[in-house]
Amino acid sequence: MSEFRQRIEAAIPALRRYARALTRDTETADDIVQDTLVRALRSEHLFHDGDVRAWLYTILTNLNRNRLRSLSRRPTLTPIKDNDAAMTGPDSGSRDIARALDDLAEDQRAALLLVVLEGLTYREVAEIQGVPIGTVMSRLARARMQIKAYLDGERPALRRVK
Amino acid sequence: MTDRDQISEDELHAYVDGELPADRRVAVEDWLATHAEDAARVAAWRAQAELIRKHYGGIAGEAPPKRLQIERLTRGRRGMMAAAVAAVFVAFIAGGAAGWFARGAQVASSSDLDRFTADALEAYRLYVVEVRHPVEVPGDQRPHLVEWLSKRLGSPLRAPELDRMGLKLVGGRLLPGPTGPTAFFMYEGPSGERFTLYCGRTGDQQTALRYTTGNQNAAYYWVDQNLAYVLSGPAERDKLRDIAQAAYDQIDSRGSQRGG
Repeated sequence: MSEFRQRIEAAIPALRRYARALTRDTETADDIVQDTLVRALRSEHLFHDGDVRAWLYTILTNLNRNRLRSLSRRPTLTPIKDNDAAMTGPDSGSRDIARALDDLAEDQRAALLLVVLEGLTYREVAEIQGVPIGTVMSRLARARMQIKAYLDGERPALRRVK
Repeated sequence: MTDRDQISEDELHAYVDGELPADRRVAVEDWLATHAEDAARVAAWRAQAELIRKHYGGIAGEAPPKRLQIERLTRGRRGMMAAAVAAVFVAFIAGGAAGWFARGAQVASSSDLDRFTADALEAYRLYVVEVRHPVEVPGDQRPHLVEWLSKRLGSPLRAPELDRMGLKLVGGRLLPGPTGPTAFFMYEGPSGERFTLYCGRTGDQQTALRYTTGNQNAAYYWVDQNLAYVLSGPAERDKLRDIAQAAYDQIDSRGSQRGG
């Protein structure tokens, strides 16, 4: 197997983790990872040098953004959150963080997950999201503020429609 | 403590994320020792990060499913195609990673291409199996059908004549599409195989034919005169291309006459 493929293969577990946290759905997450891998492998001849991992994160982040954009054209059914019995279960802290993430704007969620879960630097995240570092930092700040408010028990703010 | 040691919120985040140089780290620690509110915020952010890692960290330890194995994804062109087909949304030939190399960071953004193609394939799958009501207006009312759909789209359309390919017009219907009203024409071959032409307004630039494949179906996409067209049918690439080419040639605004 070429070195390029080995580097791609080595990134798969982390890509699955990131995709799962982004989408909160195992099947959807693996679909996106698969699509990311297919695209990357198809572009092997274009890849000369650089950070394969960051490139994979970029493809995945963009695929998910496109997915959400096409979903947003359709009405979605959102499960009612407040009366969910699981919220009081033993795992409630863990479930709460998933819900809090779910309420974030997509770019904020991606920025936070790339930093906190994937351990990327601000500079890498800026490259992946195609924005200045300052924008990454303000996304992080807003994400953390909103999650804190959620976990502190405030009602989630009405989500802004783009 | 001097003004120089004033700590910004950005620095607090950078501190939590290990992005500060050593000297600033010390300055932040000094600051936090005397500013309880900031210390509480920092603690809350760290707790969030801990929860996120606890909730999702284990996934990286799972064995990836078979469909994500590199060997499966690279088993020749066929394997790659099959893998792409398995994905929920179609892996498009265009776009993809090219943008990364061109620009450095961004994958080429989603155009109408993928939205139209996805919707067209969905409509194809939905209606080709219909026996009794595949269309709203039957093909024997071709002029009425074309006039009606042209009016709803606000653009002169034409339903290509594909008789030469052995295909007759079953009829058409109006559908909601990515950019508004969309026209949908259905054709049928001698052995009952069906092809559909999906057409809606787009801001995309004129394009040549592009091929994409979905679950057992495939489509050709092109844009002409602010209208996007998707010809869908069974995944037989050559046959589909011939039909798409015939439709494309008849619709081509740069070619011969235009009109219903």
